[in-house]
Amino acid sequence: MSVDFWINVGVIAGIYGILTLGLQLNTGFTGLLNFGQAGYMAIGAYGAGILVAEAGFSLWLAFSTSLVLSAAVAMVIGWSTSRLGPDQFAIVTIAFAEIVRHILQNTDFSGGNQGLIGFDVEWRSASEWITLLFSGIGLGEYKQIPLLLFVWITFVALTGLMKMLERTPWSRVLRGIRDDETAIAALGKNTLWFRMQSLAIGAALAVVAGFFIALDVTYLYPGIFDPTFTFFGFVILLIGGLGNYWGIMLGSVVFWTLMEGSRLIETSLSATEQASLRFLVVGFLLIVLSRVCPHGFLGNSRGRDHDH
Amino acid sequence: MSATALAYFTEVPKPVKLLVSLFTIFLCLIAFFGTVKVSQATINGFVTGSYLGLGAMGLTLIMGVMKLVNLAYGDFLVAGAYFTLTFTALGTPLPLSVLLATLGTALLSILAEKLVWLPLRSAGASALQCFLSAIGLSFLIRFAIQFFGGSESRSFDIDVLSTMVLGPFRVGTQQALGFVMALTVFSMLAIGLWISGAMKTMRAVSDNRLLAEVCGIGVGHTIDLTSLLSGLLAGAAGIVYATAVGSFNPNFGLTLLLSLFAAATLGGIGNIYGAMLGGLVIGLSQEWSALLLGAKWKPLVALVFLVLMLLAVPRGIFARAQRRP
Repeated sequence: MSVDFWINVGVIAGIYGILTLGLQLNTGFTGLLNFGQAGYMAIGAYGAGILVAEAGFSLWLAFSTSLVLSAAVAMVIGWSTSRLGPDQFAIVTIAFAEIVRHILQNTDFSGGNQGLIGFDVEWRSASEWITLLFSGIGLGEYKQIPLLLFVWITFVALTGLMKMLERTPWSRVLRGIRDDETAIAALGKNTLWFRMQSLAIGAALAVVAGFFIALDVTYLYPGIFDPTFTFFGFVILLIGGLGNYWGIMLGSVVFWTLMEGSRLIETSLSATEQASLRFLVVGFLLIVLSRVCPHGFLGNSRGRDHDH
Repeated sequence: MSATALAYFTEVPKPVKLLVSLFTIFLCLIAFFGTVKVSQATINGFVTGSYLGLGAMGLTLIMGVMKLVNLAYGDFLVAGAYFTLTFTALGTPLPLSVLLATLGTALLSILAEKLVWLPLRSAGASALQCFLSAIGLSFLIRFAIQFFGGSESRSFDIDVLSTMVLGPFRVGTQQALGFVMALTVFSMLAIGLWISGAMKTMRAVSDNRLLAEVCGIGVGHTIDLTSLLSGLLAGAAGIVYATAVGSFNPNFGLTLLLSLFAAATLGGIGNIYGAMLGGLVIGLSQEWSALLLGAKWKPLVALVFLVLMLLAVPRGIFARAQRRP
């Protein structure tokens, strides 16, 4: 029981870590306040779910299609918001995520509030096969181990990939946009195109996270893509540190261990009261962290301090 | 001929264009749905517009004077509604509870200013820091309310079912009550601002803080006054919402916040009368859209409005002429 619980915490930490990699690229490296990650995650998860359950696509094909779709949406958002200031951009991204959620809540093709099922048959048979392998070494009773492995291998690989991207001239341009967009534009770079690329990659990472969420909860409903979950990503980002990809791994594990682990504490409070208390702590953490260490615990403040 | 007509059209001020298009939509709707249905929707639109307008006035003040996108603002509205519940539960009569709750929300707003925003401003915080603090504050308020008040739906102790019949129209007593409350708050505020001249100093700080300071305007006082007023407006708007809609839970803040952003943007950031009109436009659009698309899409209308407004006319329709700094 308890092992299953912690395996699931590991799964969630990995998934939100992947989501936060996108926030790191957008916010930490490009200076774009993207508060719409939950929207891209929803497009990815529902896109894949609908294509499999209703159009009969294979899981991989459905996944790739929704990846492209979500990245294209991000491109359009990046392009259409080119004239907006950072505050207005942030508002548009939240509004976008809420628009996606409202549409999913009220249309027939998404199953509305009842949700969507029946898209993970292929995954479940693969998962059972892996579980069978593990039963050889006595771990056969934990059904979520295949997902845990799958999520974390992807998470580590993607983090490594982002780290490699960080060393490219491409990423230097992004950091330049973050620190002084006008200067980079003056060097002849098309900053709009770079911003759009950053958003598209961020959205693609959100799709991967959304896809794993779909496999984890086995049925999709709009409530999993509440803006609150984007905000969780920002808490993880603050703990892990702005400009630090590997820090996200620690941030996500710390955050979800605290969030979920606190469920195990026996109190006389009701479930609602306990949940509220957890969120109160998150709120307090956000205010204090953003005040005391604006670049996060493990933040990379190199190259930023010179402009003060 | 047509070229001059086009040139003439582009010179028409935006508010006039808005009024003409609203009126055209109104006439088209009447042609399709009949006078009674459309008028009923219009009455509902004014009720919705009244709380959206009040809330947007507070939000636009914060964004204009303090240059702050306060994502926690929606939760101040929720606080207003729950403060009222608390006071009525303690045995205070409803009108007095409403007054105390509005003051309570204003107090909360001043606390937020002193404990969160003032320190951030004096540290020269980045946009990201402000956004994250606002989200943190939003969590604190929303979940403190949920901790003490529970997450289930609540309502004020008003007769929910009673309606007033005015000719062919029916207006719920609560809706009428909410509308009258909003109108009272709005007129009191307008008169207060007119007599005290506070509007002028707020506008000065909003336009150019440094210049205002040089001219001897107490910027600190103006910001305190702004957080007080925006708190009062948030409390009042939340109470009007709770009264008019009937039942509410601690989560109505964020959805409403985006509608308030839409109204404030439409009105031009910093322009409080523009925000009131923006609220009315959003309210009418939501209720009229319900005729065409059904009630479930109402929240989406405000969201789409917000995105389109920001993309097409980010400075709003009632924006004052910008002076070069």
